[in-house]
Amino acid sequence: MHITQGTFSYLPPFTDEQIRAQVQYAIANGWAVSVEFTDDPHPRNFLWEMWGLPMFDMKDPAAILLEVNRCREAYPNHYVRVNAYDARLHRQTTALSFIVQRPAEEPGFRLDRQDSHDRQIRYTLHPYATERPEGERYPRA
Amino acid sequence: MADNGSHAFNMVPGKSAPPGAGAPADDTPVDDKRPENRGGARDSERARNTDADSAEAGTSTLEAMPEISDAGGVDVAELVRETRVFDVLHELDTELVGLEPVKTRIREIASLLIVDMLRRKAGLESDRPTLHMSFTGSPGTGKTTVAMRMATILHRLGYLAKGHLVAVTRDDLVGQYIGHTAPKTREVLKRAMGGVLFIDEAYYLYRQENERDYGQESIEILLQVMENQRQDVVVVLAGYKDRMETFFQSNPGMGSRIAHHIDFPNYTLDELMAIAKLMLKEQRYELSPEAESALHDLIDIRMRRPRFANARSVRNALERARLRQAGRLVSGESGFLSKADLMRIDEEDIRKSSLFNPETEPALAPAADS
Repeated sequence: MHITQGTFSYLPPFTDEQIRAQVQYAIANGWAVSVEFTDDPHPRNFLWEMWGLPMFDMKDPAAILLEVNRCREAYPNHYVRVNAYDARLHRQTTALSFIVQRPAEEPGFRLDRQDSHDRQIRYTLHPYATERPEGERYPRA
Repeated sequence: MADNGSHAFNMVPGKSAPPGAGAPADDTPVDDKRPENRGGARDSERARNTDADSAEAGTSTLEAMPEISDAGGVDVAELVRETRVFDVLHELDTELVGLEPVKTRIREIASLLIVDMLRRKAGLESDRPTLHMSFTGSPGTGKTTVAMRMATILHRLGYLAKGHLVAVTRDDLVGQYIGHTAPKTREVLKRAMGGVLFIDEAYYLYRQENERDYGQESIEILLQVMENQRQDVVVVLAGYKDRMETFFQSNPGMGSRIAHHIDFPNYTLDELMAIAKLMLKEQRYELSPEAESALHDLIDIRMRRPRFANARSVRNALERARLRQAGRLVSGESGFLSKADLMRIDEEDIRKSSLFNPETEPALAPAADS
């Protein structure tokens, strides 16, 4: 199952050249770019681990690509994404966020039903990946 | 090949833009901080977009050119003009006095890059040339200034994406405790990406007497990036000649990754006078004829003093002269000052320097530059 998230979720995965172009756009707007990673694919997991601090005064996308590649090397079986944060007053939010690496195999989700009081049924999503402990959730490619 | 290149340049001056039409306003300042675009976001956005456009200038010119084959050639002069690299070379000639070996070397590098561009266009694959450099020379010989111009030239030729200069010293690269150095060095390198990283007094990075000095770690990271991301950053190491040589001897990896060793000669007395006049002209001052000969004597004396720092000492001497001129004008006898009075530096402003009466001056006083 191909998990989608973020700004370009409807597009096929970006090449490095395309990532560079997007980062260039973010830098040109003065947004702080950061790299994050996780191996918990749950849609409600939006706070990923930070790969270093956000990068504020970079002039060239090469700097961000450097960090992306270092993160990919350290976590080859994790999801990695690039965020761009717009710090302007009245916006102060993530302006751009897209996945730049995903595990080779994504097992997907199962729907769990729970019988509750008064014959109510509660539903919850269960990612198969989280059955294994953190750090070992995706087999090495 | 260098021959070809210099031919091209020799032909072009007549055809290219007139001397006055130097580089337009997109000269990149040293390590300027990214402006916080809080209020005028739109303006700065536009400014950046034009910046990005000019970043592409080199490559788009290349794209627009016809195919190069054995049959159809390309007009080198045209290309040189379009990349506007000649404007920078011309500025280099007019604004920097002396430094002939340096200028020749920069011309050669620029020609190499142009030929490299043409070769790639013609489908002749070759590695991107390594452009890491070492600038050696005494203080005040223009190493930083030339590095800034170099960044602009490389940007115009499409070799560097941004063409800014980040000037650092050991303090900016080397950390205070274990695990501090690597992120610090990497941070500086990332900031320099797309431009030139200028490491002043680079030999301080390596401390021979201390094996566990963190400088070594910094050097290793620098080497790694210099090798793997040659297309993203150009590293310039600067410092005194003899100490740089020792540095390269003890760090052969660093020495072998630097293709261009450029030596900056000391200025002669006449060149220093020319520099002084250039500086005064920029600041809208004038020397009276007597003051000029006084300045000549002053520089002559200063050159033989210890800690003489070439153009920097000249600038300091002129600053002191300006101070004395201001003092003279304010406390002055004539109550009425004309524009010419405000611009003119007189003989006494320079002759009053402590350098002219050695008795009153302690040998190594901080005022030795006056």
